[in-house]
Amino acid sequence: MAYRGKAHRFGDDINTDEIIPARYLNTTNKEDLAKHCMEDADKNFAKNVKAGDVIVAGKNFGCGSSREHAPISIKAAGVSCVIADSFARIFFRNCINIGLPIIESKEASEKIGPGDTLEVDTVAGKVRNITKKETYKIEKYPPFMQKIIKMGGLINSLRRG
Amino acid sequence: MGYTITEKILLKHTKLKSIHPGEFIDAKVDLCLGNDITAPIAIEEFERLGAKKVFDKKKVVLVPDHFAPAKDMASANQCKRLATFSKQYEIKHYFEVGKMGVEHALLPEIGLVLPGELIIGADSHTCTYGALGAFSTGVGSTDLAAAMVTGEVWLKVPESMKFIFHGKLGKWVGGKDLILHTIGDIGVDGARYRAMEFCGEVIEKLPMEDRLTMCNMAIEAGGKNGIIAPDKITADYIRSIKNKAKPGIGKVYASDKDAKYHSVREYDCRKIEPLVACPSLPSNVKPVRALKDVTIDQVVIGSCTNGRISDLRIAAKILKGKKVKHGVRLIVIPATQKIYMDAVNEGLARIFIDAGGVFSTPTCGPCLGGHMGILAAGERAISTTNRNFVGRMGDPTSEVYLSNPAVAAASAVKGRIAHPEEVR
Repeated sequence: MAYRGKAHRFGDDINTDEIIPARYLNTTNKEDLAKHCMEDADKNFAKNVKAGDVIVAGKNFGCGSSREHAPISIKAAGVSCVIADSFARIFFRNCINIGLPIIESKEASEKIGPGDTLEVDTVAGKVRNITKKETYKIEKYPPFMQKIIKMGGLINSLRRG
Repeated sequence: MGYTITEKILLKHTKLKSIHPGEFIDAKVDLCLGNDITAPIAIEEFERLGAKKVFDKKKVVLVPDHFAPAKDMASANQCKRLATFSKQYEIKHYFEVGKMGVEHALLPEIGLVLPGELIIGADSHTCTYGALGAFSTGVGSTDLAAAMVTGEVWLKVPESMKFIFHGKLGKWVGGKDLILHTIGDIGVDGARYRAMEFCGEVIEKLPMEDRLTMCNMAIEAGGKNGIIAPDKITADYIRSIKNKAKPGIGKVYASDKDAKYHSVREYDCRKIEPLVACPSLPSNVKPVRALKDVTIDQVVIGSCTNGRISDLRIAAKILKGKKVKHGVRLIVIPATQKIYMDAVNEGLARIFIDAGGVFSTPTCGPCLGGHMGILAAGERAISTTNRNFVGRMGDPTSEVYLSNPAVAAASAVKGRIAHPEEVR
């Protein structure tokens, strides 16, 4: 899959409380969750984000609570994928399970600046930074995860499996 | 090459003949758990999958504890979905308000968790049950939906880190301080994707409730699970519960002598003093004595981390005959109905109320900024809970400091972060 959008930069240890604060967890409505996406890390994020944009963060993105509302709010806000130096494990598996593309890349995490225009191609395994005229190679998912992603998430893979 | 306890339990729950870290497995679950925040999404996915029944009515657990008793109409609707689903699919372990408690205090207390089991929960603190020698880990709502249908979960076998605690515990030092010390040492991603195995002579003597506190916060170091090999303390704890539906003391596993570890860390507990995790990461750990200038507006004693009876006993010991500092709010929340009743019968509730605190019905409540003690802009709390992220307990400009119950109680009396010795 290929995506194109602008980078929104965040630091290390962005936790799920910042991604979607608990005060909004009394709903499962995707659009309502999207309105508060990243609110306690950047209160203007939901207003500024455009379809296709990419979240770029440091290490341990998505640490803390298991709330699937976090990747759901990111996906529903129109974010095409999340790039980070590393991801917390429950957040990582939630993304695989709901079909939100995530990319673990130290190089991309270090070099991408705020507002950079990116082209992400998960099949070719690269991120092109149009603004900086750079290309970062990305690792493919293990085959086990590729299968779930290809099916469009865990529930779809069970339906067809 | 031998196996760690984590690897042994995982292997037993697959059809495989061998297992190694990094491998993806489909494992059978002995129990899967959801709450009023995570289960509604799982129920939607369950329905989307078109499932007609759950894989085992006795192995699905639903606990409305986060926003319950319902804090608002939207939360009431989420709680109702758990009740409706439980009725429709005849879920045996659904706990209505009046029976419910904070899930990770409740399940071990009623004997739903046994050594050697594999448990997943759509709640990150599901890692708590490793204290009983089970493999137990937090997952998402979709995982819970899949497990409710298939009885299985996909897992990546984690590498294990060994933490050896030598020496002896100092006065006013407990499981909370040991785990804060560990997180302070390795950082909030220091055990990312890995099993955290706790052992050593201090752990061998550590009471079960302190072990539960330690394993509870493995996630705060990024760990997949925390685990302590079952021993006599474990067996005595389980025998004292007498859950007729789950007789015996489970399957006891221990790590082989030649098991392979990612790393081994050793701590001298004689050097560990009461600790506090400062805003806004659980790894930002400092000794209490370095923080005595920090004034507070609120004290919370409760949660799946430190809301058990031994925690309330320690807090009451400090607060007996004392008053909460004028202008400070003390909120004590027993984690389950049994703990609540024990606290009433032992006279602890009276001590908290006489001191000027409130004594609430069980709920996760303020720990996650849900209800029952939300912080206003710029306010500061010291809390026995597990996370101190930005906005965790309320306004994004409020602050949370994490400590053991003795430090929290002493701080309530002084109106600032205080060492228990200052109050005794």
